Amino acid sequence: MAIRWFHWINFPILALMLWSGLWIYWANDEYSIKAGGKVIVKFFPEWFYEAFNVPFNLAVGMAWHFVFMWIFMLNGFCYVCYTLFSGEWKYLVPGKGSFKNAIKITLHDLGLSKESPSVTKFNGAQQIAYTSIIIFGAGSVITGFAIYKPIQLSWLTSFLGGYQTARLIHFFLALSYVFFFVIHVIQVIRAGWNNFRAMISGIEVISMNELTKENEAQQ
Amino acid sequence: MKPSNKKDFKNISEQEMRRATIKSLVGFSLGAFGLLAGIKWLVTGSDAAGLSRPLRKILEANRKVAGILYSNKNLAPVFSKEQAVSVPRLNGTIGLESSIDLGGWVLSIQNNGNIRGLNKTSMELTIDEIKKLPKTELTFEFKCIEGWSEISNWGGTKFSDFMRVYGLGGLEADNENKNLTEYVSLETPDEAYYVGLDMESALHPQTLLCYEMNGLPLSSEHGAPLRLIVPSKYGIKSIKRIGKIAFVDQRPSDYWAERGYDFYAGL
Repeated sequence: MAIRWFHWINFPILALMLWSGLWIYWANDEYSIKAGGKVIVKFFPEWFYEAFNVPFNLAVGMAWHFVFMWIFMLNGFCYVCYTLFSGEWKYLVPGKGSFKNAIKITLHDLGLSKESPSVTKFNGAQQIAYTSIIIFGAGSVITGFAIYKPIQLSWLTSFLGGYQTARLIHFFLALSYVFFFVIHVIQVIRAGWNNFRAMISGIEVISMNELTKENEAQQ
Repeated sequence: MKPSNKKDFKNISEQEMRRATIKSLVGFSLGAFGLLAGIKWLVTGSDAAGLSRPLRKILEANRKVAGILYSNKNLAPVFSKEQAVSVPRLNGTIGLESSIDLGGWVLSIQNNGNIRGLNKTSMELTIDEIKKLPKTELTFEFKCIEGWSEISNWGGTKFSDFMRVYGLGGLEADNENKNLTEYVSLETPDEAYYVGLDMESALHPQTLLCYEMNGLPLSSEHGAPLRLIVPSKYGIKSIKRIGKIAFVDQRPSDYWAERGYDFYAGL
């Protein structure tokens, strides 16, 4: 129940953080991936900015960013506290077998392996993904503070390699959320309606048929 | 991990399941509607300064939170002079568009009380008089609100030294700061660009009245003959070509705060 709240509150807040972040980034959009002196990917092309109504919104973007950061941090903090105190972290934090399991699952999902890994509440790949996204979130908060108050928190900024390095990490983490989101949505579609309904309503349906099969497998 | 919470399994009918799903979907719609209403509220009541009133209030609240951290003991990291760029990036020519007669330039000062040694509250200073004040040099990473930054070298007098020598803004020679004004207002001679600075930031030991860059007199486009450098704020506060300084208790008008930016713009 609580997890679902944190998840669905986080979704629009993170979206707004990314959008207002774009409004801020646009004012000095210097990042690109280059190979041999040629720009391969520019962050971001003009059509992208226009699609998201980005140009000339630096002032508003900053205001939004510095409003929703509080909700983003509070929600993330509550989620971490909840998982810690409820003991649910045990399902989420990767264990010994997680990495092996994750590789198996990745190969299987990419269609490279026919062997189907055993089904658990959260599989190894999920454990790694859902735990690292929390670490990424914390990273966004920390690098965010480093570029928000680089004089008052100059020790933090220099610890992260300076103002511009912290800004780059902050940007990279923002990109990684989009990457996470894409994979996440693909996996949710693959998992099907019942799984999605569970995340909405909190009730997962297991038909009698499946239960019987599972019991047989256990014996 | 096998589902260990077997006790949670319940036999529920299709109908119950459908009801639960619909219930949560309705809940979600309400939540989404609430969020949209919240966003709508945040952007309503646009103030004269190009930002909605709720957003402006939150920015002001953020400043209070940042005030917990803020201390004039927190300094911008300094660098060696060699690390400074030789030609600092140019940004903004507002207030610099009209021509200026550097020989005839004077700084007009409007104090809140009598100026030290004078029986009046206002006076004018020439650049030579300002150059006689204790000199400070600073090499720091200048930060623009747009996101770029650059190590640059500046020379001038500490704003606090300037205030102390002439007894401005209530600052006494013996550091008795009982009657400090709340703000400092700075304007270009043509009044096209103007900055409001809170007193605490004006007294920051790295806040400089600058007349030199890389050891040479300021170029026109970098704010000759006198400009402000406030390392604890974004560059928008470091006004070029200062014509008038006033020590006031009312928050002064501020060019970029009137265009939707945070008044404090503190780092």
